Amino acid sequence: MRQPVRDGLAIGLAVAIVGITFGVLARSSGLGVAKTCAMSLLVFTGASQFALVSISAAGGSVGAALGSALLLSARNGLYGPVVAQWFRGRPLVERLAITQIVIDESTGVGAAQADAPTDNPHDARVGFLAAGLTLYVGWNLGTLVGALAGDLVGDTSRWGLDAAFPAAYLSLLAPHLRSRPGQVAATLAAALVVLGIPLLPTGVPVLIAALAALPASWLRNREDLR
Amino acid sequence: MSWSTILGLAAGAFAFKYFGLFILARLGLDGAMLHLVQLLPAALLGALVALGVFDNGDTHTVLTRLAGVAVGAVAAWRRAPLVVVLVAAAAVTAALRAAT
Repeated sequence: MRQPVRDGLAIGLAVAIVGITFGVLARSSGLGVAKTCAMSLLVFTGASQFALVSISAAGGSVGAALGSALLLSARNGLYGPVVAQWFRGRPLVERLAITQIVIDESTGVGAAQADAPTDNPHDARVGFLAAGLTLYVGWNLGTLVGALAGDLVGDTSRWGLDAAFPAAYLSLLAPHLRSRPGQVAATLAAALVVLGIPLLPTGVPVLIAALAALPASWLRNREDLR
Repeated sequence: MSWSTILGLAAGAFAFKYFGLFILARLGLDGAMLHLVQLLPAALLGALVALGVFDNGDTHTVLTRLAGVAVGAVAAWRRAPLVVVLVAAAAVTAALRAAT
C-alpha cells in the first residue's frame, strides 16, 4: 500500500516546477499575467496549455492550436469512469467539485492505491484527492511564479524534469503490472504510442493506446470464467 | 490570443472531464465493461510513459531522458518513495546532459 499523500506531494512539486515553465513560456509568447493564470486555473491540463501557447506562438492558426489542445485534453474523459467508481454514493456536489481535477496524475495516484478499486474506493479516493488538490495548488502557484518572476528562476529545461514525469508514471504503473491483463494493457499501449507518434497528430496516439485496455479486459474476462 | 480562445479551451477541457465522469461512467458498469474500465489506468499510464520518453526532442535528448527514466524505474522497482524516483530520474538526466 502506497503513501497517497506523500505521492501527491511529490508529484505536486514536480508539477509546480513545470507550472513555472508554463508561466514563463506563456509570458514570453506575449500573453499577459491574467490570461496566463486564467489558463492554468480554468483549463488545468498541462499538455493542452502548452500546445495552445506554443502552436499560437509558432504562428499556427487558432483552429489548429485549439484543435490540438482539445485533442490533448480528451483523454481526461477516459479517466471519468475510473474516478467515478471511487465516488459512488457520494453527493453530486462533491463529484461536480472534483471534475476539474480529473487528470493523468490524480487518476494515476488514485488507481495505484488499491489493486481492486471497486473494493476499496476510500483509499483510491484519498489518493486521488491528495494528488489532485496538491496538483491544482502547485500548478497554479507555479504558473503565477513563472508569470511574474520567470527571469529569476532560470532555465528549468536543464533540470531533467522531462524524465521525472515518465518515471513518475512508471512508478504509478507498477502496481498494475502485477497482473497479466495489466501487463498486456500497459505494454500494448506503449507499443501503440511508439508506433503512433510519427504517424498521428499530437494527442491522438494516447487515445488510440487506450484501446489496449480492450484485449487486456478479454484476458481478465477469461480469468473470471475459470 | 483572445480571451474567447482561452475560455473556449477551458470549456472544452471541462466538457471532456464532465462527460467522462457523469455520462460515460453511467453506461452500466458490470462484467466486461467493468474490467475494461479497471484496465484503463494501466493502458493510459503505459501510454504516458512511452509518450513521455519518446515524444519530444532530438536523439541526444531522448537518450539522456531514457537513461534517467531507467534509473527512476530501478528506484521504483526497489520501492523507493516517489520523490526519490522523481529526483533520481531528473538528476541523472540533467547530469548526463551537462556532461555530454
